[in-house]
Amino acid sequence: MLTIPLLQLEKEYPYLPYYLDDFEVIWNKEKSFSENLEKLPESFYEQRKMSRKDVEKEFVIYIQSASQCLSEEICSVESITIIPGVGKDGTKESFDPITICKGQMIAIVGETGSGKSRLLEDIEWQAQNDTPTQRTILIDGKTKEEWRETGSRRRSIAQLSQNMNFVLDMNVEEFLRLHAECFVHQEDAETLVEKVYQIAVSLAGETFDKKTAVTSLSGGQSRALMIADCAYLSKAPIVLIDEIENAGIDRRKAMDLLTGNDKIVLIATHDPILSLMAPKRIVIRNGRIDKILHRDAREEAVLLLAEKKDRELMTLRNAIRRGEHVSIMEV
Amino acid sequence: MKLVTFAGPPATGKTSVMTRILKVFMRDGNKVGACKFDCLQTEDDKIYKEAGIPSAKGLSSELCPDHYYITNIQTVYDWGRKENLDYLFTESAGLCNRCSPYIKNVLSVCVIDQLSGIRAPRKIGPLLKLADIIIITKGDIVSQAEREVFMRRVETSNPKALILPVNGLTGQGVSEVASVIRKMAMEREIEHETLRFPMPMALCSYCLGETKIGKEYQIGNVKHIRI
Repeated sequence: MLTIPLLQLEKEYPYLPYYLDDFEVIWNKEKSFSENLEKLPESFYEQRKMSRKDVEKEFVIYIQSASQCLSEEICSVESITIIPGVGKDGTKESFDPITICKGQMIAIVGETGSGKSRLLEDIEWQAQNDTPTQRTILIDGKTKEEWRETGSRRRSIAQLSQNMNFVLDMNVEEFLRLHAECFVHQEDAETLVEKVYQIAVSLAGETFDKKTAVTSLSGGQSRALMIADCAYLSKAPIVLIDEIENAGIDRRKAMDLLTGNDKIVLIATHDPILSLMAPKRIVIRNGRIDKILHRDAREEAVLLLAEKKDRELMTLRNAIRRGEHVSIMEV
Repeated sequence: MKLVTFAGPPATGKTSVMTRILKVFMRDGNKVGACKFDCLQTEDDKIYKEAGIPSAKGLSSELCPDHYYITNIQTVYDWGRKENLDYLFTESAGLCNRCSPYIKNVLSVCVIDQLSGIRAPRKIGPLLKLADIIIITKGDIVSQAEREVFMRRVETSNPKALILPVNGLTGQGVSEVASVIRKMAMEREIEHETLRFPMPMALCSYCLGETKIGKEYQIGNVKHIRI
């Protein structure tokens, strides 16, 4: 590592310049790190209170740990289990532990302020009887301590919420490429970027240009982009969604996309269609998981009807968007 | 007494994160204190006071803030000792992105925020790269993708650090940071310890109070721009 020309080394470790930048030294990239060090004046080492050997040692450690952390695999998650705690008034929750598996979606419903977001936070934090709700969350049947030994918990959870915005000064394409390159090689990134873009457009219900700045996307478009990105680029196996319904995106497609990619999806929502799309829904009242409802045949019929009405409204919305006069026939 | 140094660009949420961590320690029966190093003025001592945390503050005003910091850290350490503290947190802003107040063998925490932009991890330099723990704030208002990209950038800048997202407003993630600090902070005298990164050398005429522009006014350690 120390004797390979920097230019060559940079091909393998593209983040190398980040490290070299800090030395306030002009590097000769045709030469190796050690050769460069040889040329440096005594004052360089004097100022750092380090010998050449020390500097070389740090360099090797940096490269090793950086490549190690980039190649770290995110482990897949088979299931999450929620074990009862207490409500806001201290009454015990009385449900049997709920287990949600890979590719499943569960809805969380309840009045505003009832504690839906709190449940999502418990999962994000992987509560171990250490949050106000005293719930315990197991991942693959393991406690937080046990789970941590097997992998990095932080990166296994993706979150989407109404409050999240894009803040980067970039267009859609650049943005997706940037994200893709975090996980795959440059050559593979292009196809992935195109795929995510196409899906985002299909979710948004209206097309937008790849060159649009992410910050100027509409609410629906940016939600669509976030979901498509989450489904294909983010490696996190668990997705927590907190109210995204008002965005006017194709909800069925969005949920199918996430669960189809083997994610575990939990969604806190007031939206009837999203709630009924989940085979199970958790009802929260006064901070407590009050009951767990299973969607039955009658509710499935309700869902179909609600989706039909929704499509009709969508047709109407599109017609108005196109600047047309609308008639009762369309509704 | 365990000393922990916090640093980070201005307005990233250092004070609110620190206050929340210190409150966790207080709740667990520890005696805690904080010292804020700043340039011109700070109201942060009031925040500590409201939280019932004994605090000291130091303003560098016309001096180089980092030199001021390192000159006075021993005094602050002695103050903490006298107060019988279990934990003393110091806070300083990374004022020129080049400096880092971290001391070898003293737990060093960098606080950066998600809004500072995707290039920030590279720009911040030693402040980020030499920290033991990196706290990322304000992640709750940006997209998942931006969080992941930012995280990646931070990881490649400092692969050795422990990186933890914290929400300074709701306190989400704070108890985890507190438990990590408890494990990592060490009892240690700081006299004769060394800085992890040398401070800027300030030996030019402007250090001595010169205010005029032009070559004839410049003496000492001067660096000229190459265009």
